[in-house]
Amino acid sequence: MQVDIVITLRESILDPKGKASHHALENLGFSDISSVRIGKFIQIDIDTDDPAKAREIATEACEKLLANTVMENYEIRLPDTAS
Amino acid sequence: MNFGVLVFPGSNCDHDAYHALKHIHGINTSFIWHKEPELGNVDGVIIPGGFSYGDYLRSGAIARFSPVMNAVARFAEKGGPILGICNGFQILLEARLLPGTMMANEQLRFTCKFVNLVCQNRKTPFTSSIPDDMVLSIPVAHGEGNYYADSKLLKELEDANQVVFRYCDTDGNITAEANPNGSAGNIAGICNKKGNVVGMMPHPERAVESDLGSDHGRYLFESALSRIVAALY
Repeated sequence: MQVDIVITLRESILDPKGKASHHALENLGFSDISSVRIGKFIQIDIDTDDPAKAREIATEACEKLLANTVMENYEIRLPDTAS
Repeated sequence: MNFGVLVFPGSNCDHDAYHALKHIHGINTSFIWHKEPELGNVDGVIIPGGFSYGDYLRSGAIARFSPVMNAVARFAEKGGPILGICNGFQILLEARLLPGTMMANEQLRFTCKFVNLVCQNRKTPFTSSIPDDMVLSIPVAHGEGNYYADSKLLKELEDANQVVFRYCDTDGNITAEANPNGSAGNIAGICNKKGNVVGMMPHPERAVESDLGSDHGRYLFESALSRIVAALY
């Protein structure tokens, strides 16, 4: 099962890369964009068909390595199983 | 006495640390490859600067899982002197041997220059020989040296006297202008609660010969030397 993980800096933490990109967008005339936050996108393949199991493994991977929970949040996105 | 300098794939200040310890201070020094499960017979450990594992994911994030880091954690627990410099500091943070985390420099640029430092804790094995009121001139070279800790942790660090170095001006004043990277409270180096594990962004091993700009880094190695010799005899 392919699982997507999105890692972002916590809201309380200044994001210099996002801020610099926001300034550049403003300079290009994107006046409607009010903020930019830059994070990471990680795709992992897990040898299971069980969404609960996949979430459990992905959570452990985020906690132990993929995210630094002192400054980052992570979101785990499982494939849409509705169809 | 014996010192070990850890070597990870991507370490690039390991030879500078070796030079400072062995050739400048006459300390018996050996390199310890990151796959070693044990440190061997050492009285102190340097985790040198560089770009371990190419800084993939986050600086120091992968290196902390190298086998040698388990031995480092045991050595820290026993009270062994450990100095993490630059990337070595980042590795100690990721390994949770020191609290807080490191972010990209506020100005988003790699910064390589001499900075001024005040020492605020002379009880660690690496700072005991630094003269009172001395402003140290030691270079920094990093892109991610913006130390971050939330207000609660910052207060804990202050209360427990865990802030070892702060960036300052030439007179020792801790000012925003003297801060090269946006670090909280101008923090350049901290220690653990016991004081035996020290992490710092500036490079003392690059400041051991006055012909090359400064020899103020010697105070850190001399401190370690005198502390360990005193413990041996």
